[in-house]
Amino acid sequence: MIPNDIAITPELVEAHGLKPDEYERILALIGREPTFTELGIFSAMWNEHCSYKSSKKWLKTLPTTGPRVIQGPGENAGVVDIGDGEVVVFKMESHNHPSYIEPYQGAATGVGGILRDVFTMGARPVAAMNALRFGAPEHPRTKHLVSGVVAGVGGYGNSFGVPTVGGEVEFHARYNGNCLVNAFAAGIARADGIFLSKAEGVGLPVVYLGAKTGRDGVGGATMASAEFDETIEEKRPTVQVGDPFTEKCLLEACLELMATGAVVAIQDMGAAGLTCSAVEMGAKGNLGITLDLDAVPVREERMTAYEMMLSESQERMLMVLKPEKEDEAKAIFRKWGLDFAIVGMTTDTLRFIVNHQGETVADLPIKELGDEAPEYDRPWVESPKREVLAAGTIAEPDDYAAALLTLVGNANGASRRWVYEQYDTLVQGNTLASPGGDAGVIRVGTGGKALAFTVDVTPRYVEADPFEGGKQAIAECWRNLTAVGAEPLAATDNLNFGNPERPEIMGQLVGAIKGIGEACRALDFPIVSGNVSLYNETSGEGILPTPAIGGVGLLPDLSRRAAAAFASEGDVIAVIGGHGTHLGQSAYLRDILGREEGAPPPVDLAAERRRGDFVRELIRAGRVTAVHDISSGGLAVALAEMAMAGAKGARVKVPAPAHAALFGEDQGRYVLTCSAEEAASVLEDALDAGFEIVEIGRVEGSDLTVEDILTISVAKLRETHETWFPHYMAGA
Amino acid sequence: MKSAVVTFPGSNRERDMMHALELVSGRKPEAVWHADTSLPDVDLVVLPGGFSYGDYLRSGAIAARAPVMDAIRAFAARGGLVLGVCNGFQMLTEAGLLPGALMRNAGLTFVCREVLLETASTANRFTAGMRKGETWRCPVAHHDGNYFADAQTIARLEGGDRVAFRYASGTNPNGSVNDIAGITNEAGNVLGMMPHPENYVDAQQASTDGRAFFESICEAFAAA
Repeated sequence: MIPNDIAITPELVEAHGLKPDEYERILALIGREPTFTELGIFSAMWNEHCSYKSSKKWLKTLPTTGPRVIQGPGENAGVVDIGDGEVVVFKMESHNHPSYIEPYQGAATGVGGILRDVFTMGARPVAAMNALRFGAPEHPRTKHLVSGVVAGVGGYGNSFGVPTVGGEVEFHARYNGNCLVNAFAAGIARADGIFLSKAEGVGLPVVYLGAKTGRDGVGGATMASAEFDETIEEKRPTVQVGDPFTEKCLLEACLELMATGAVVAIQDMGAAGLTCSAVEMGAKGNLGITLDLDAVPVREERMTAYEMMLSESQERMLMVLKPEKEDEAKAIFRKWGLDFAIVGMTTDTLRFIVNHQGETVADLPIKELGDEAPEYDRPWVESPKREVLAAGTIAEPDDYAAALLTLVGNANGASRRWVYEQYDTLVQGNTLASPGGDAGVIRVGTGGKALAFTVDVTPRYVEADPFEGGKQAIAECWRNLTAVGAEPLAATDNLNFGNPERPEIMGQLVGAIKGIGEACRALDFPIVSGNVSLYNETSGEGILPTPAIGGVGLLPDLSRRAAAAFASEGDVIAVIGGHGTHLGQSAYLRDILGREEGAPPPVDLAAERRRGDFVRELIRAGRVTAVHDISSGGLAVALAEMAMAGAKGARVKVPAPAHAALFGEDQGRYVLTCSAEEAASVLEDALDAGFEIVEIGRVEGSDLTVEDILTISVAKLRETHETWFPHYMAGA
Repeated sequence: MKSAVVTFPGSNRERDMMHALELVSGRKPEAVWHADTSLPDVDLVVLPGGFSYGDYLRSGAIAARAPVMDAIRAFAARGGLVLGVCNGFQMLTEAGLLPGALMRNAGLTFVCREVLLETASTANRFTAGMRKGETWRCPVAHHDGNYFADAQTIARLEGGDRVAFRYASGTNPNGSVNDIAGITNEAGNVLGMMPHPENYVDAQQASTDGRAFFESICEAFAAA
């Protein structure tokens, strides 16, 4: 057993991820040398993962308010009004490092953690998504990670019983040593039934709920804030093990308990478990907390105070309860077979006191611990601008049909069916649009309302220009929600970057946040929750900067929505936003010509908004039969996806240069179809409103034909699109 | 028709089932808890989908030994209708109310997709109102749905017209022997099936094909 009076050496401080100046700050704060347990507590509270010490200065610049926003960043999840006295509660969070070490459990507990964030606030989870990024397909570790992560995401979410309605899966060599697993969850609650982590009232019982505490995950948050090197395999014991069954019981028990009015404050035990949850409850409520570790339910013998305070055992909650409701609360938790123990008390001393076996092992100022983590203004340099590549300088493909088949059939373009069929997309019975479209849609209640969900980012754009790439991530998310007919409400950001102590990486983070902020303001699309994951590097090489954006939109009338599938023979196909011109950083340039070059397509936010609002009105007026946004792969890929989804062909015509028109990734564009009768008036209205809109052809037959350029049967497209993933995963 | 849905810790499609039953029968199903030792006065008891007790032993094995199962056995012995869907089917085989076992899917992964079901038999009290040989759309969502039984048992099931549903048109998602998706007991009052008709019942869902199954169960009681 590790004693609490172990000597604090510089090596020990460093092993806790604390820099010498940070340790000096601790000494100044408490006026003495910390105990071993206290050192652990500081390292947990002050690491990057919990304190956002490198990003806070910049995160503060993001817009976080709006007429519908009830709770912005700072709680377990954001809360947004969806009318009728209901709110949507949502957040996205990363579990990158644990997933790289142990893909199944890392991904599973990532899903578990985000679900817990949502139901901690009183909301029943109704939808999940995930954004996954892996190394090059041919990298020896990639297949193992894909299969483990996908199984882990499914294993947890399927058992818990939340439908997975969307997501992203991408491959790039820059994730070879550091995959990304970002999990999103959303829940529904009554506006007057939201629970927060801020404790209120002195002398109230602090109650421990859920699973028992073990040694799993000790030091996980500190690990997640460190770069990886060759010793990574040694870190396996810091990955937690998920138990979705206990979490499901915890959900039901918490919601049942909340309905009784017994809960004053509640906080889930996520990163740095008992430490983080207790300190946050106290610090936010201006209260002290005293914990008695002898009362903590444990599943291993002879656990030390240090281990209990840093354990990241999953499926645990901390609550402050009304004392008169204690028996009622206990009965509910017994019914669900969960542990219930009073482990502490709120005090008016503003001290965080931890007692264990008759000894006070920590006595720290709670406000400073929670709110005065170091905050850095890290040096940064702006990423060098890349040259805008004119389409004329980029070669056309020798064979357009072959190029399109490559784009819909390669690692990044192929169908993700192999992945999403491992997720229960239908449980709860409310799924209106499942993965594969622009956004997942679920109905809410019985009043005809629905919510749309999507997660988006184009890392190669962010790498080439962090500011434009940040803007584009928000714009594409907003556009995908719009494309199903939803009004974009708000977003959550999951900022995955490399080591912020390197000025060029910090420059990516700063640039991306600035771009995100600008786009959010222009589109009235506030950020209400989020997560920052830094140090995503292996042996000094950073990942592509990946600020994943999860967006939520509202459909007031679920019968007025759109999907991407071609609907009827003879429908007129039009493009709003003009023909493609921009091939820099395009999928065409990367996958057909093997070049990752140039500036990314710029985003005109004013045009984005006006076009989107127009498209949404068309959908809600029932004037269009299909809608799809144009993104990676350009118009050609968008048309192919619409053809495959609807099992119908099309005949279209595009101007020269055809490679720019077909594969250009110019932003703010949609493909629309409408009936032949409606087409003239839709085109006229668009032109009257000043939009660039071009009729390009008709839904027709069973081939996708671009006149004088290519003809491919829809069956061939589909076969190509569906083959890559299962073939890759089955390969030796 | 009066029905009840049993919730086990870890059940997750009990609300979906209640929605379908209420929609089609016009009556709110009774909620039964796994620790209950008696059943309300109903015509049909449903064991819903999910991961009872986490399915940490064999799927459905712990639930098959839950306190409520004795009451369900007695109810079935009296001729009451017992339907098990997905995890509920697994429980019925583990409880010995239906023969055979649900093994891990042949593809070894969880699979959630739409399949085509053929109504292979109408010689039982659940599907009597359906059309034999008709195929309909229905989703599956399971990890352990690969139905297996020894050759003798399969022969008995086939010979006794006890295969209620089969995966049709090459859509068998899990490797089940003879494409079996659902079977009944000898008396025709206990049915287990892997697919989820309860998720295809209302006009806003991807299909309403599952409705006919619930309507058929209701008709059995309307006629009585």
